[in-house]
Amino acid sequence: MNPPEPLTLFRPPFRNYQFDAAYDEMFSAPGTPRAHYQALFQNLLELPPEELRKSQQAADLSFLHQGITFTVYGNDEGTERVFPNDLLPRIIPHQEWRKIENGLTQRIAALNLFLEDIYHHGRILADGIVPRELVYSCRHFRREMRGLTVPRGIYVSICGTDLVRLPDGSFAVLEDNLRVPSGVSYMLANRKVLKKVFPTLFRDYGVSPVDHYAQALLATLRALAPASSSARHEPKVVLLTPGVFNSAYFEHTFLAQQMGIELVEGRDLLVHDNVVYMRTTAGLRRVDVIYRRVDDDFLDPLCFRQDSSLGVPGLFNAYRAGNVVLANAIGTGVADDKALYAYVPAIIRYYLDEDPILANVQTYLLTDRSQRSYVLEHLDELVVKAVGESGGYGMLIGPHSTEVEREEFRRRIEAEPRNYIAQPTLSLSRAPCFLDGEVQARHVDLRPYILYGENVTLVPGGLTRVALRRGSLVVNSSQGGGSKDTWVLRA
Amino acid sequence: MLSRVADSLYWMSRYLERAEHTARLIDVDLQLRLDQSLEAGAGRWLRLLQASQVPPPEDGKIDAESLTNVLTLDRTNPSSILSCVAAARENLRQVREQCSTEMWEQLNRLYLQVNSTTASEAWLLHTHVFFRAVQEGAHLFQGVTDSTMSHGEGWQYIQLGRFVERTDELARLIGTHFGRLPHPLDQAVESEEYLEWVGLLKSCAAFEAYCKTYTAEIRPMRVAEFLLLNPEFPHSVRFSVDRVQAALVAIGELTERKAEQPVRLAGRLCATLSFSQIEEIMASGANGYVDSVRWQCAQAHTAIQQVYFDYSVESALVS
Repeated sequence: MNPPEPLTLFRPPFRNYQFDAAYDEMFSAPGTPRAHYQALFQNLLELPPEELRKSQQAADLSFLHQGITFTVYGNDEGTERVFPNDLLPRIIPHQEWRKIENGLTQRIAALNLFLEDIYHHGRILADGIVPRELVYSCRHFRREMRGLTVPRGIYVSICGTDLVRLPDGSFAVLEDNLRVPSGVSYMLANRKVLKKVFPTLFRDYGVSPVDHYAQALLATLRALAPASSSARHEPKVVLLTPGVFNSAYFEHTFLAQQMGIELVEGRDLLVHDNVVYMRTTAGLRRVDVIYRRVDDDFLDPLCFRQDSSLGVPGLFNAYRAGNVVLANAIGTGVADDKALYAYVPAIIRYYLDEDPILANVQTYLLTDRSQRSYVLEHLDELVVKAVGESGGYGMLIGPHSTEVEREEFRRRIEAEPRNYIAQPTLSLSRAPCFLDGEVQARHVDLRPYILYGENVTLVPGGLTRVALRRGSLVVNSSQGGGSKDTWVLRA
Repeated sequence: MLSRVADSLYWMSRYLERAEHTARLIDVDLQLRLDQSLEAGAGRWLRLLQASQVPPPEDGKIDAESLTNVLTLDRTNPSSILSCVAAARENLRQVREQCSTEMWEQLNRLYLQVNSTTASEAWLLHTHVFFRAVQEGAHLFQGVTDSTMSHGEGWQYIQLGRFVERTDELARLIGTHFGRLPHPLDQAVESEEYLEWVGLLKSCAAFEAYCKTYTAEIRPMRVAEFLLLNPEFPHSVRFSVDRVQAALVAIGELTERKAEQPVRLAGRLCATLSFSQIEEIMASGANGYVDSVRWQCAQAHTAIQQVYFDYSVESALVS
């Protein structure tokens, strides 16, 4: 067998491209690009790095001028930062996408059936498939939702699932984000930039479009409208934002604008006689569907957190009375609890009688004595996560941790085992990124966006998040991550 | 349209108008100073501060550089150019989905430019360039707004904010000048006085327009007439109040609330200005007159708040 030609690889701009045990999205072996990356590879070899650098600067400037920024919490008075964007697309062949699409469709269907079940009869609990105490001890379980029927039985209509690619090349689900997933605006903004940077390449590749996301989202929200509203008028849909200081505020304005719906804050809404109104210059106007980007806790100070000024007093009663629909429903967080996650394959089998199409990542439940003692002995190899947290907060990455941090987590786990889970440290796949004037490999994940209204819709694409720091495994924007465009090929 | 959105558009527009006004005021003033002795200029600093509603320094020392800084880049002064542009941007940011992308980008660019300017740049190196950039940035924003945003309800609140603010600023500025009244009102002024009155006209971007109407002979009475009562010049009180009324009538029709308080108040002010005679105004004191204009303008502002932005729920449920 001829050895691969390392020389082609080490030509600029690939001089510092490195390989490790992780799956490489671009190369099947050092120097041999995968078929679907061949054209991009050629393009990069021919393109002067100066050109790319200029495009990168133009893109950064355009993000800054458009105000596509996010807020970093914990910094002094909410610093705005541009969400770093990487110019090189992540390419997914059609066949692989089909599998992802089927897998996620299956998953969202099963999770919705699960939510309906646990908030009504609890068959799955009675049958002992999922332990009762796991559900009832979850911080995101809302007993207020017991017996409440939601339109079409859909609890989760907007979902952004985090997928990772394992060293063997298969995709696995890392997290189901069933509450208020964000990032879809970056998917759309990245696409806009990339079409300008690589117009020819984009056309030649035959990339599936994503621009219709806003329209699909609006159709999904309208499909949820309460039956009573259609008799009156076209259902009034609004997007409820926590306000300008929220880290995803740009996205809220962007989506409202793209859908042509009103962007409201809690103070714009009021409830009278269990009907929700918004305060307009022409008087009060009735609201039918609320796409809420406010967490459960803050939605209604009369029902949940009393100190919330982001919510609307009386909203939950209006919801219970069926006069308004919330998307996503309240209490969906119980199904993306990181401990419950371990049971999702069983949930899929229970309700759909099918094998899961997408695998889970192996997960250790720390409430189990033997699993816990294994985890405590191997803290330096595993990743420990708090079950109710998201955004990369409250995590221990064993191999990159210090003795002090491990001790801290050992104490926390022993105090509250239900509050933590552990997973093996995953070697996320790596994709080429344009950094410091050359192409380097960085770890990536993939967050496709799933909509569930009249039926399940996936816009072909998603947000590929990148751990921009060399060697880092954390892709969250709050922890120094960036993003890149995702090209799903049409054929 | 959401009340909060209307409120933000209104204030965004007011803040930007204020920034533009302050920039023009300082720009004209610094130019004028080059032709004057230091003593002659000292009194004008006080008027400038008064017109910008900034209290004069406690020790009475007036130092051009630090005062310019207070009015320009001082974040602790809510009327400084930087504070105003930042507040305008913050208001627009809260209603981004209501304006066009071009509008947001223009205002954001202006903010980034002003925010990255250092005091030494503004003062020493490119004084004129900086103040021009602010004025041009604001003009560009208005042009972009007019050509990229639907001239619907939101646009009308932007008009409303701009002209309510302009009415108030003009009235205040005219008041500070006529507070002195050192000269026979209906005669041409000379030398130092000439510079002062030309300064007033230029501060309202009105010098050229004045000359076209009255020739270059500067008489305080004519200046007052032009700035208060001219119906065609965009930086006159009369013109501004007409626009306020037009915007309120349009909003009244769009929201089907025709006979509301703000329209009546603005209409009354319009009528006062269109039937006033400059001789009468001067005879009974220009200061009293502009104070009355400002007071009526403030009443209209309050009525706008109460009817469109911050009405009681009970009143809205009844109708």
